[in-house]
Amino acid sequence: MRGRGGVSFDAVIDVQNVSKRFGGLRAVNNCSLRVERGSITGLIGPNGAGKSTLFNLVAGNIVPDEGRIFFDGQDVTGLKPHQLFHRGMLRTFQIAHEFSNMTALENLMMVPSNQTGESLIKTWLAPGAVKDAERHVRQKALDVIDFLKLGHVKYELAGNLSGGQKKLLELGRTMMVDAKVVLLDEVAAGVNRTLLQDLAANIERMNQELGYTFFVIEHDMDLIGRLCDPVIVMAQGEKIAEGPMEEIRANPEIIEAYFGAPVEAA
Amino acid sequence: MNELIFFFNNVMIAGVVLGSIYAVGAIGVTLIFGILRFAHFAHGDMMTMGAFVAFLLMTAFQAMGFTTPFLPTGFVVLPIAMVFTAIIALGIDKGFYAPLRARGARPVTLLIASIGVTLIIQGLIRLFFGSGTWSFFETEQKQLIRIPVPLEGVTRTINFTQPQLLMIVATIIAVVALHLFLTRSRLGKAMRAMADNADLAQVSGINTKLVVRVTWIIAGGLAAMAGTMLALDVNLKPDLAFNIVLPIFAAAIVGGLGKPFGAIAGGYLIGFAETAAIFNWSVLARPFAGSLPFELPATVAIVPTEYKLTVAFVILVVVLLWRPTGIFKGAST
Amino acid sequence: MSVARRSLLLFAGLFVLFVVVGWALGAANISLLLVQSFAYALVALGLNIQWGYGGLFNFGIMGMLMLGGAAVTFISYPVNAQFWGSEGPLMLGKALMALLAGFLLIWGARRADRLGIKGKWKSFVTVLAWIVAYIVYRSQIDPAAAYIESAGGGWVGGLGLHPVLGWLFGGVLAAGVAYVVGKICLGLRTDYLAIATIGISEIIRALLKNMDWLTRGTLTVSPIPWPTPLPQDLQAQGVSIADSFIYARLGFLALVLIILAIAFFLVQRAYGGPWGRMMRAIRDNHIAAASMGKDVTRRQLEIFVLGSVLMGIGGAILVSFQQIYDPGSYQPINHTFLIWVMVIVGGAGNNWGAVFGALLIYITWMISDPVAQAVMNAISGWSTDIGWGGIPEIQSRASQMRVFVLGVVITIALRYAPRGLIPEVVRREA
Repeated sequence: MRGRGGVSFDAVIDVQNVSKRFGGLRAVNNCSLRVERGSITGLIGPNGAGKSTLFNLVAGNIVPDEGRIFFDGQDVTGLKPHQLFHRGMLRTFQIAHEFSNMTALENLMMVPSNQTGESLIKTWLAPGAVKDAERHVRQKALDVIDFLKLGHVKYELAGNLSGGQKKLLELGRTMMVDAKVVLLDEVAAGVNRTLLQDLAANIERMNQELGYTFFVIEHDMDLIGRLCDPVIVMAQGEKIAEGPMEEIRANPEIIEAYFGAPVEAA
Repeated sequence: MNELIFFFNNVMIAGVVLGSIYAVGAIGVTLIFGILRFAHFAHGDMMTMGAFVAFLLMTAFQAMGFTTPFLPTGFVVLPIAMVFTAIIALGIDKGFYAPLRARGARPVTLLIASIGVTLIIQGLIRLFFGSGTWSFFETEQKQLIRIPVPLEGVTRTINFTQPQLLMIVATIIAVVALHLFLTRSRLGKAMRAMADNADLAQVSGINTKLVVRVTWIIAGGLAAMAGTMLALDVNLKPDLAFNIVLPIFAAAIVGGLGKPFGAIAGGYLIGFAETAAIFNWSVLARPFAGSLPFELPATVAIVPTEYKLTVAFVILVVVLLWRPTGIFKGAST
Repeated sequence: MSVARRSLLLFAGLFVLFVVVGWALGAANISLLLVQSFAYALVALGLNIQWGYGGLFNFGIMGMLMLGGAAVTFISYPVNAQFWGSEGPLMLGKALMALLAGFLLIWGARRADRLGIKGKWKSFVTVLAWIVAYIVYRSQIDPAAAYIESAGGGWVGGLGLHPVLGWLFGGVLAAGVAYVVGKICLGLRTDYLAIATIGISEIIRALLKNMDWLTRGTLTVSPIPWPTPLPQDLQAQGVSIADSFIYARLGFLALVLIILAIAFFLVQRAYGGPWGRMMRAIRDNHIAAASMGKDVTRRQLEIFVLGSVLMGIGGAILVSFQQIYDPGSYQPINHTFLIWVMVIVGGAGNNWGAVFGALLIYITWMISDPVAQAVMNAISGWSTDIGWGGIPEIQSRASQMRVFVLGVVITIALRYAPRGLIPEVVRREA
């Protein structure tokens, strides 16, 4: 199993000279970066640096004005989120996007694609096959729920879960499919310390045991320091540095650009 | 020249008349959307109601022996009808929409509630007035104004009715007054601020309740005006304005929801487009019929008259697909 | 009280209401009401799929009902030999070819980028293609229509096939139109979608009302045959006139109930399974659903088409039953808003609620008239007694009362039972 470390892997996400403007504002400006396969790559930077816009670009929620994005060696510029999902890229959201009127278990069970029962024809004409498929999906969802230690809330509506449980559930969704790459957008925001340890442990386990690549936006520097290598620093829509967290912390230019600017409490 | 005057009468004048009605109606729709963020579907019926209020007032005035020498009584009572309708509009908000807003209902629930208001208003009108048509000109004459064109060989005159002239004057007055209100008064500025950004307006200390009330007063008053103008031009019936709710919404959306001046532009755009689409363009080519290489068909209209409604719809869909927030960037929810 | 018990009680109450009304109006009338209300239940089920499951705001139900009616008229009405013996079919064939050519042209223009025509030029070419296609089509259809209406038998007539085939065709036709409409409009926001669908249904109404060559327009078509024995057929077999109406309507009712039951079963099964789970997820949070690999646009289109199929079939059944197709009789109040009130009052997102709402609202709608008449007569009698004079034109006023009642009902429902009488059940057990 390939884990973190200094070994050079091939790039699973390759962003080349991407720009995105909103009105007059250049949110992302001629930005290029790579995420290596099997890594947990961190993305940090002051507010307004363009991190979330970059995530939205990579995940297909918005289309870049210029530049190209490659995923797994293929040009995916302009593809829609559901198309990227089918190629193995998943994202979570800064504010948890759970399905609030569905149970935690259902939140997981809806994830796998091309379920037999998602076709009306098969639902009506082949109920047996649908039932079989459903049993597998359910078992997998139960496994994931156990893995995340959420068993006690599996029949609870996702809307009633705590902020941290919602984030775990979002992480759980990524385990329902054979994803290659997971984009985590401020996964720690609003999560209490104890649950945060669970979360971090789960991310590490998924990376090491299941071979997931993570691309993480985070404000919690301790979490970044614990999980991520390398760390990419963005400021004013551009990548300004990349390296291990210790190096980043020691780089005066970055401290100028990042820590010199007012940092919001994470 | 005669053909050009025919064109002027049928496209330009008819377009201005139709456009004025759409514009005045659409201002109300767009203001309500800007402030309350829902499509007030009952707006057409508020217009019809306003027209019936004016009709009742006219009947009462005439019964009291009050007559006006030059103007139609229905037009003279219009300001009073606007006041009454504004009060009813406030009542409708208090009775139907405010409780739902207080509960934090979604805009779409308010939209459904406005179906209920539509049904209640139409039901009441039908209950009291039946489903037949009524005219503002039972006892009075609708004056036709003919202006001869001082050119040689011209026999046709430029024609319009007195109510049409009055309605254009009234529209200009209303638009100017609205413009002054929105740009000069504190309250008007607050309204525009709220239409731009409701949350920001709330924290910056704008009295939102007052703004909502003023919105209904303006929307109700203008609805009465648009409805009465329409009824003066055609006839009064329970589904008078319900039938033109589509072009009115189209005008508001085309102009950008939440933008009063966009709604005016949208109203005239749709009005002219409709009259131009059903105009028989073959008439304009008739003087050259002899010199054309082909035989001129008797009618060349872009759409047959029965399909006038499709024009507003096509414009709406094209604008929505091409520039989803309207020609002038509108509010979004 | 659990939802199941509550719905059982409500349905029991509804049954009592039908029995009471039936006792008051007679068996012939209540059998008529039953057939129509169950046909409306099918339509309400369609709206429940669109609004309750999909959150799609369809204000164009009337158009779908009209399409269903036109479909069953075309399929089941006897063949018009005069039309088929004239030049009409040939001319219509040409018009159809022109239409197809037009579509091909537009289709080609939309792919103009493959020829290197891009951006603004592509838009220009597309618009040009639309205009050319429209002119080509009009140049063929206008003379064809004029010919058929004057010399070609008046209108195309029907095919003389079984009415149930007509109902199915109603569903297919509605599905086809819904597909095109959905492709254009489903990307729009809720309130825009509402206006757009109103526009579509008004255009469908304008077309069917004025295409005399196809539907006879305001001249109306009747009698449209029944799939089950007509009262006259039963009378021919010696059943008394009074009984013949009851039995014939009950026969029709049985067929409607079978169709409703099948539709209900299919929809219920779909909604209870993974398909329904996916739809609920899309309705709940479509951004997250898209990120989880669900093709939101395609699924919403699917739901829009599925709901429209039921509306088309329902509209066809209603026309068959009334035996007359009159495009002039369709009104947004009677054919769009009525259905909305049914689903809102019954409970959006719950199929039982939609059916319950349809039956309750339809009977309320139908008895508002006689009840209002009775009430007004009483008031009129009383006011005459005390010297104020009676209420004039009670009959015509009372018949308008139901619009008002409908408005009051939906207002009360929104205020006090916003989720409906039999609300959607949020499943705790996955």
